[in-house]
Amino acid sequence: MGKAAAASRWRGASVIPGFGLTFGITLVWLGLIVLIPLTTIFLRAAGLGWDGFVAVGLSPRAMAAYRLSFGAAAAAAAINAVFGLLIAWILARYEFPGKKLVDAVVDLPFALPTAVAGIALVSLYANNGWIGSLLVPLGIKVAYTSLGVVIALVFIGLPFIVRTVQPVLADLGGDVEEAAATLGATRWQTFSRVIFPAIAPALLTGFALAFARGVGEYGSVIFISGNMPYRTEIAPLLIATQLEQFDYPGATAIACVMLVASFSMLLLVNVLQAWRAKRGTR
Amino acid sequence: MGYGNRTAGVALALVIAASGVVSGCSSPSGGSKDGKSVELLNVSYDPTRELYKQVNAAFAADWQKKTGQAVTFKMSHGGSGKQSRAVIDGLGADVVTLALAYDVDAIAQRAKLLPATWETRLPDNSAPYTSTIVLLVRKGNPKGIRDWADLVKPGVQVITPNPKTSGGARWNFLAAWGYGKKAGGGSDAAAQAYVTKLFQHVPVLDSGARGATTTFTERGLGDVLIAWENEALLSEKELGKGKFDIVVPSVSVLAEPSVAVVDANAKKHGTEKVAEAYLKFLYTPEGQDIAAKNYYRPRDAGVLAGYAAVFPKVETLTIRDFGGWAAAQKRFFDDGGVFDTIYAGPKR
Repeated sequence: MGKAAAASRWRGASVIPGFGLTFGITLVWLGLIVLIPLTTIFLRAAGLGWDGFVAVGLSPRAMAAYRLSFGAAAAAAAINAVFGLLIAWILARYEFPGKKLVDAVVDLPFALPTAVAGIALVSLYANNGWIGSLLVPLGIKVAYTSLGVVIALVFIGLPFIVRTVQPVLADLGGDVEEAAATLGATRWQTFSRVIFPAIAPALLTGFALAFARGVGEYGSVIFISGNMPYRTEIAPLLIATQLEQFDYPGATAIACVMLVASFSMLLLVNVLQAWRAKRGTR
Repeated sequence: MGYGNRTAGVALALVIAASGVVSGCSSPSGGSKDGKSVELLNVSYDPTRELYKQVNAAFAADWQKKTGQAVTFKMSHGGSGKQSRAVIDGLGADVVTLALAYDVDAIAQRAKLLPATWETRLPDNSAPYTSTIVLLVRKGNPKGIRDWADLVKPGVQVITPNPKTSGGARWNFLAAWGYGKKAGGGSDAAAQAYVTKLFQHVPVLDSGARGATTTFTERGLGDVLIAWENEALLSEKELGKGKFDIVVPSVSVLAEPSVAVVDANAKKHGTEKVAEAYLKFLYTPEGQDIAAKNYYRPRDAGVLAGYAAVFPKVETLTIRDFGGWAAAQKRFFDDGGVFDTIYAGPKR
């Protein structure tokens, strides 16, 4: 067996020739845009030494901030998974007047500067805001609490779920459901055995994207969170406070922890997805 | 194998060429070849938009008259610390007009774009106008706030931004510290006890001064806003007419926003002369009057006299009383400093 044959096996077949060229561009591009900038973060943090890194990057205050950032992002992504799926379902399965408008509205959180979102949300949910003033008598405080952080992240994460799930649902078509029904499946069985497995990978991708976006979100959150140390302080704000004292290594130490945590979780989601896909084809 | 290498090489060459094009496109600010026009970039902090809009127009007219040269301005506004980092990282400011000397010091120390002695190059520590820290309360002062001591009474909520992220908030903190120290007979322990108690009355730490003002004026949160006098006057007179009162405390600090020519950049752009004249213009009666109109206290006693009704007399400490910015920053605001000890973590 020749070297070429072995190589072509892992390269796989493609209608567009030129693996060498495209692969080269891909590597250079990823290197310039993603890897080199991220590597400098690690290099800068390395200047701190291990003890210095732990003192800043793993301080109790930083840990509290990671807990909030990752916890709120996960909660928001989970909420979005449910309601985003619902919205995607409505958009993929029904025709109704103003559908185009609703479809466009879904993308607004993408287009809006996040600070605008933060200001809008806090004016709604503050104790004297439209929604806030209704919730206060019930003893629910949103603005300046971790609940406020979750709401801001729900807002900015919504499009990810809808936009990943909607095309899959549209592709799936009503005929699959009809086929299931003719075979005697109940509605719940149709959903849980036929539809859900088909959209699960897309839903998981959307969840991962919304989660990753939430972890890194800064602009909208700092307006609604109240920024109280140990309670409502998000990790990106902690990075900003380090920079404010011109402590670049300190800032990069926190950034490193976030980067490693985010990357591990995204990797985990990818592995889960690969595992699902493999099980699905069997 | 050779094929792959070659194409990767081509791709790399393309990328390098592209990046060359990008950097070649950035237009340097500065003087034109014929010397008829010149452009200045003033990197400033957030609440100076109106001030410099007026200063720029007045200076441009004055400079045109004197030299026949037309000056145009580019302004950049943002958080003071953020702006300082942008200049360190290469934003080509001809002059900086920032909220505190510490942020200009950082440019001098870290990027060496101007000498460390910059503060002595212009009168009054290179701070042509000043402000002070006052207390903004709701109309009629329902909680009866007269001085710093009233801020720590039960049921009083205080709004102030986070000194870790806001240059302006550091002045607020120092003013409170100054009061605590004086009230406690000059004891640092008393001062620390006072500010610790004070921050227990702070429900929200906005990241910037404008955000804190919005929280207080628009969101209706809190009973008192610790604010720069110019921001408080703006809120009282323009944002919420008749909705707020200003309380001048017994002790405050003299907030000195600093201005400086960024020598290395100005030299590169050929704008040294006009940049220096621009900052000196701030000290002229005309420049001082514009500052006063924008609620900054002018240094010029003559101009100040004309605005006596706007700026009441107040006993102020200066940053020198705290050993200068480098010492104050280290002691109070850096990691592990006094401010951090206020938030000692969740109760276990």
